[in-house]
Amino acid sequence: MTAGHTSYAEDFQAVQATLPGAGVPWLQQLRTAAMESFLDSGFPTPRTEDWKYTDLRSLTRRHYTPASRPRPDSITVPADAWWQDELQHRLVFIDGHFMPELCPLGPLLSGVTITSLARVLEQQPELLEHRLGHNTDLEQPGFNAFNTAFMRDGAYIRLGAGAVLEQPVHLLFIATGTNASLRPVRNMIVAGAHSHATVIESYVALNDAAGLTSAVTEISLETGAHIEHYKLEEESASASHIAGIYVTQDRDSRFDSHNIAQGGQLVRNDLQVALNGPGAATALNGLTITRGRQHVDNHTRVDHNAAQACSDEWYRGILDDRSRAVFNGRIVVHANAQQTVSHQHNHNLLLSGDAEVDAKPQLEINADDVQCTHGCTVGQLDEEALFYFRSRGVDATMARNLLVYAFAADVLERIRLQPVRRMLEQRLAGRFMETEVLDSLRDRLSG
Amino acid sequence: MNIAAGEMLAITGLQVAVEGKTILNSIDLKVRAGELHAIMGPNGSGKSTFAQVLAGRETYEVLQGSARFLGQDLLDLPPEERARRGLFLAFQYPVEIPGVSNIYFLKAALNAVRRHRGVDELDAMDFISLVKEKLAAMQMNEDLLYRSVNEGFSGGEKKRNEILQMMVLEPVLTILDETDSGLDIDALKVVADGVNSMRSPERAFIVVTHYQRLLNYIEPDYVHVLSGGRIARSGGPELAIELEQRGYGWLEPGEGAVP
Ligand SMILES: Nc1ncnc2c1ncn2[C@@H]1O[C@H](COP(=O)(O)OP(=O)(O)OP(=O)(O)O)[C@@H](O)[C@H]1O
Ligand SMILES: [Mg+2]
Repeated sequence: MTAGHTSYAEDFQAVQATLPGAGVPWLQQLRTAAMESFLDSGFPTPRTEDWKYTDLRSLTRRHYTPASRPRPDSITVPADAWWQDELQHRLVFIDGHFMPELCPLGPLLSGVTITSLARVLEQQPELLEHRLGHNTDLEQPGFNAFNTAFMRDGAYIRLGAGAVLEQPVHLLFIATGTNASLRPVRNMIVAGAHSHATVIESYVALNDAAGLTSAVTEISLETGAHIEHYKLEEESASASHIAGIYVTQDRDSRFDSHNIAQGGQLVRNDLQVALNGPGAATALNGLTITRGRQHVDNHTRVDHNAAQACSDEWYRGILDDRSRAVFNGRIVVHANAQQTVSHQHNHNLLLSGDAEVDAKPQLEINADDVQCTHGCTVGQLDEEALFYFRSRGVDATMARNLLVYAFAADVLERIRLQPVRRMLEQRLAGRFMETEVLDSLRDRLSG
Repeated sequence: MNIAAGEMLAITGLQVAVEGKTILNSIDLKVRAGELHAIMGPNGSGKSTFAQVLAGRETYEVLQGSARFLGQDLLDLPPEERARRGLFLAFQYPVEIPGVSNIYFLKAALNAVRRHRGVDELDAMDFISLVKEKLAAMQMNEDLLYRSVNEGFSGGEKKRNEILQMMVLEPVLTILDETDSGLDIDALKVVADGVNSMRSPERAFIVVTHYQRLLNYIEPDYVHVLSGGRIARSGGPELAIELEQRGYGWLEPGEGAVP
């Protein structure tokens, strides 16, 4: 129970009627129940096992008020937030509000819906009635309940059976708000049988926008569907970002996740994947880069609920200054999940003596015919490698930067979407090295 | 001896400790351009310590003495500066660098050295043809260029890779630390040919080895024995043959003179 969280009851009263789908009884019930649950539990405290390493005081001692819709003409989207021109499918949200004025939707294939969640809640709420909230983790009601109570908008993507999107769908979330602004985001992706799409959620800030982003994304993959999901988090160094991605997978489906956290003061990502059908496969790729006093907490959980499913997890952290990262990777192999193949790797690089990592792999294996491995390391830059570079004439700073870059390389190499990979390389380069070096690094491939 | 007479390296009274333990007591050595010096000595006698100190490894603490390289105080320079001025160490244990390709490593090194020499960086085409030429000389497989530096290389491939770097960087003073250890007969020949191809009146070499065999291919001007923290004996190529027959037992630490 957190003192002060009850004040959100008033905000809820105030905005309830203005939220999309306010007149829809089941939705109203869902929100009210969520609010009650939240008022009951409050935000997690250090006594909550899953939040032990993440101090929420900076968040709980503030009060956040749902941000109002900005005027579109008051916004200039930073050029590099687009990361690729001429995309057919892009949804832009400012402070949690859908802004079609900034980027109209392109024409769609038949069998494909890409729109704002609010529109669906207003116009076809029945599409969401038995879906909304079904993937979220009910053991962790605090933030999810908070999000469900206040959710306003986000993306709704529905791929009919066999639909294949050639181009990625970009969901761009821009924060402009003040210290006190709350930006709820709620996304829903439903991938019909054998459909395929790539979805990018990117979070950026204008003018060091602070405040709180509360984001929940629910993704359902039906038989044989394939979703490649990118989460690129680059909020300002004073923002809080609490997000959950909840995935369910049917038989032979494939979910690839790339979770890149670079911004934010206080960041939490819950990524949960339930492998419910035989032959389902997931690859979870993660890169966390922190400095200053940033705190980034990644909690991943994979449930092997069916036989012959695979999970492959690669998370890396690069921490500088006094920053802190948490990695908690839980893999649960349930009793019937024979012939599970599961690998987890978590490696962390501390660039400063004051940086800290809490890394905890958690494997619970209840089946006997399984192949599971995990490895976890926390280390510093390899002094021998540094000296090797220097002994060949490369100066210490550049050597250091190259080694940092190399540490991230295997995560970057797994990113198939070239523009995203290039953008990330550029950002990393900006952080750790000159672009000139980056260009020649890239030569190694064409070399 | 002055610089005009071709003195490249002058070491006097060098004393070195690691973790509080003195490894080298008092080393004196002079190397002139064009010369090749072999250093032999028992395991643990400090040969690698000596080599690493010259290259600038900071884990070793210089307690006393001096080292001048081309008329400059060497010990004051950071490692990269030494390399740019033409000093090269082939490591006894070459370092693996996951995530950095061998070709990029070579390029970064060559560019750093060329910038220091005031010449333009090579363009991509010229660079690649230079590297391929040296690679062929070292009889190395081209895919080693695109793999991470030394990662998963066999012992022999690592050693060849050191010589490849030397050939690309064209140093004036090369220190080889047991580059011959762990090489098969053919590889030894390839490495020796690589070194011989670089020998010239302007260049000098210090070759640390345990085996006279290498010195059949790379003929030394001087052979020194490091023992008891100092150069216990110096002589010509015949000293290596004598060591091969008699071992190190007959040498009292501190015996013998420095040329
Ligand atoms: N970093 C270090 N920390 C502690 N001791 C060290 C370190 N480096 C070297 N030594 C010690 O210094 C001594 C000399 O080691 P060095 O590697 O220079 O010997 P070497 O002559 O090259 O031997 P070898 O022929 O086996 O290669 C050894 O006793 C070694 O254990
Ligand atoms: Mg040695």
